[in-house]
Amino acid sequence: MAALIEIDRLTKKFGDTTVVNDVSFSLKKGEVLGFLGPNGAGKSTTMRMLAGFLLPTSGSARICGADVVERPVQAKRNLGFLPEGAPCYPEMTVSGFLDFTARVRGYRGKDAAERVAGAMKLTELDAVRLQPIETLSKGFKRRVGLAQALLHDPPALVLDEPTDGLDPNQKHEVRELIKRLAPEKAIIISTHILEEVSAVCSRAIIIARGHLIVDATPSELESTGQTLDEFFRDLTLNIPAFGF
Amino acid sequence: MAAAIEAPPLAPPAKPAAPRRPLSDHLPSIDLRPALVVARRELAAYFATPVATVFIVVFLALAGVLTFGVGNFFARGQADLVAFFSFLPWLFLLFIPALTMRLWAEERRLGTIELLLTLPIAPWQAVLGKFLAAWAFCAIAVALTFPFWITVNLLGSPENGVILSGYIGSLLVAGAFLAIGSAMSALTRNQVIAFVLAVVVCFLFAAAGTGVVTEFLSSRLPLLAEAARSVSVFERFNGFVRGVVELRDLVFFASLIVFFLFVNVVIIDHRKAD
Repeated sequence: MAALIEIDRLTKKFGDTTVVNDVSFSLKKGEVLGFLGPNGAGKSTTMRMLAGFLLPTSGSARICGADVVERPVQAKRNLGFLPEGAPCYPEMTVSGFLDFTARVRGYRGKDAAERVAGAMKLTELDAVRLQPIETLSKGFKRRVGLAQALLHDPPALVLDEPTDGLDPNQKHEVRELIKRLAPEKAIIISTHILEEVSAVCSRAIIIARGHLIVDATPSELESTGQTLDEFFRDLTLNIPAFGF
Repeated sequence: MAAAIEAPPLAPPAKPAAPRRPLSDHLPSIDLRPALVVARRELAAYFATPVATVFIVVFLALAGVLTFGVGNFFARGQADLVAFFSFLPWLFLLFIPALTMRLWAEERRLGTIELLLTLPIAPWQAVLGKFLAAWAFCAIAVALTFPFWITVNLLGSPENGVILSGYIGSLLVAGAFLAIGSAMSALTRNQVIAFVLAVVVCFLFAAAGTGVVTEFLSSRLPLLAEAARSVSVFERFNGFVRGVVELRDLVFFASLIVFFLFVNVVIIDHRKAD
């Protein structure tokens, strides 16, 4: 089966600083990848390159076979992306905003309305559909961002901290939603909550200072005998000794 | 006994078709719909916030004061809108950067630019959409000066063709300033900087043909004086106010708008690499 998300030797430099250094991995349908790393490790930068918001300094990325630099529009059609912090236009209502993204994606009339209704149902936004986004709580805003990413039922999903700022119940709901979507999609979620990885992910990648240092299943990580927390701390604090 | 004459081959045999990528991969997509969707959202955003009301009310008040007060409309005893049109570009110089400063700077500040540019649209579609929305908004503000037009028609019999050409010229000046302002807004996340840059660049194009500049230049660098006059937005606008709509002026404004929209796209694209 062809990979839905492919990253090949992706590197990003800002000036002299290398934020993402030679990262490669690929993801097939049905995989949920937990993208782990301390703050500033290069998670968001990698995701932004994958979503076509930043251009890689070198290396390449493909979504469903379409290169994100050479065929950006095609790549973006097959991708649902939740940017870090779930930015939305504050003055728009929830349904107005989702309708906008549906129309940009080419849905018209009844199709657009169905897409918006479907996305709001998945993320349980019906109660606030006519509320301006700026009046919503952080949890609802996050769900609006999620709804926007799911609206076109994309084969590839890239979610930057989808559960950040949600209360425990909402976190649970979002995880359940991701599990439900998982069999039909390739999903990357970034997080620094380690329990989330064992809860929803079939695979975990740890990056630190731009380097990919672990690519394993959650159970493999746990079989090291350490708790995930200890393992993570050991790895990410001891990068200088890692031989780079 | 005529021998059958074989017709010479008219064309070399067709080469076997090379496997081709679909044409859409090579050509930039010219689908305008996403741009219109962006434009609609932008235009609605003006009216969803107090921006639209404040802008239009202050703009109309100032235009009225300048035309009928400072412009000595009644003392001149002429039924025309020359006074109005002579102040309008200066009003634009102040108001249009205020309108465009938020176009991209605000998106950067809110982070929504990350959302907009990861939707499946080309950067030029987003740029064009924002520009069209701002232009439509300006057109609404300018159209709301229609009481001035009614006034001169009540007081006398003006040449309405000349007034129409003045309005067309106004929209073109507005479009040129909007394209400049939008490009400047893409340079920064700070709206104040976006405003100041836009005023400065618009002013360069506005003042290039004024007496002070051309006299200064013609005494020292006559060649540049000619060039300055030819890029002067106000100089060209004056033709429209006199009722002269010339093709070369239309081409000038169209080129200026397209050029700065192109600069805008380049800036947006370039910042992806930063």
